[in-house]
Amino acid sequence: MTAPDPASVLTGLADVLQEVAGTPADKVVREAGFEADLDIDSLTMVEVVVACEEKWGVRIPDAALEGLRTVGDAVDYIAGAAK
Amino acid sequence: MSAGLRGAAVLGLGAHRPALRVDNHEISRRTDSSDEWIRDRSGIVTRGVAGDDESTVDMATSAGAKALAASGVPADAVGLVLLATCSMPGPLPGGSPEVASRLGARSAGASDIGAGCAGFTYALSMAADAVRCGTAEHVLVIGSEKLLPMVDPDDRSTAFLFGDGAGAAVVGPAEVDGIGRVVWASDGDQHESLTIHGSPRRLAMNGRAIYRWATTSLPDLARRACAQAGIEPAELAAFVPHQANLRITESVVKSLGLPDSVVVARDVVDSGNTSAASVPLALTRLHEQGQVRTGDQVLLLGFGAGLTAAGQVVRCP
Repeated sequence: MTAPDPASVLTGLADVLQEVAGTPADKVVREAGFEADLDIDSLTMVEVVVACEEKWGVRIPDAALEGLRTVGDAVDYIAGAAK
Repeated sequence: MSAGLRGAAVLGLGAHRPALRVDNHEISRRTDSSDEWIRDRSGIVTRGVAGDDESTVDMATSAGAKALAASGVPADAVGLVLLATCSMPGPLPGGSPEVASRLGARSAGASDIGAGCAGFTYALSMAADAVRCGTAEHVLVIGSEKLLPMVDPDDRSTAFLFGDGAGAAVVGPAEVDGIGRVVWASDGDQHESLTIHGSPRRLAMNGRAIYRWATTSLPDLARRACAQAGIEPAELAAFVPHQANLRITESVVKSLGLPDSVVVARDVVDSGNTSAASVPLALTRLHEQGQVRTGDQVLLLGFGAGLTAAGQVVRCP
């Protein structure tokens, strides 16, 4: 499987956030904090992570989840894990 | 369901709900949260809190007496009492012998079942098997929990989640089997996700890990429990999952694609998470409200600490 580039992961993550939490795509920028800016609480974040795992075939353990504060954190983690 | 054996069915239900209620405003004063914050995360609005005169055994006895009365089975015809609980004051003795004695089930065997929030559905399957095999004529199955003394009122992540109460079912012989074959599961790799340890004992929970496990593994378990009873999930009269958190319930309902015709128990809104008591409490409420009727097929699904899960389709008494 070819590793996805960060730009395509960002687009895909925006799709996931729209599907799971109804987040408008234009708000999904690298600097956006999941909780602070997108109002994604911890349980919604679990749903986002599960959807991302299915979408990209990666595993995002709970320990890693703690470090995913912003959209950019998640994009970099998924792009790195999918290599 | 089980060739060559007699059938087993739920013959009566009963519940004990503490009179004392505590709403989110009272909880949130100590935890820097709010009614809205708690509702968003759990759906819970209020919960029952056992008083000093309502021990785990007291509530179990109360619910058990009501279930016996509803079933018309006299206490001395009960051959076995199974009490699912994680909230006895200590590891010994179990509460079931005292419940049996207080109810007048003098000839009954008695055992406590420890499977966390899945305890009732585990015990129900054991009760059904005991009746089918003839090792007991009638079995009183109870889930009873007095959890709040073990919950840290200052822990923002758990203080709002739990409640106290008890629910019970009488299982007895039936011409038509009314308790579907159980489907169960466990994941001991996650044994630290929900614990009660220490002195004083304190409940600790990794809510995120449990949420992930529940929302990803329970839909398949639910489908398999339905398959054992030869019914499609969409054909159920009702779905009564363990009342852990309304968001887990809604996620599983969505994954199963349940139509609006399937009544979904949302007792957690008024009762909180009452662990092993939640399934019989929620089922009893649906029964009392006339949302399920005699003969209706209902999927019960317990899950929780261990991690453990068990589910079966039952016909309402």
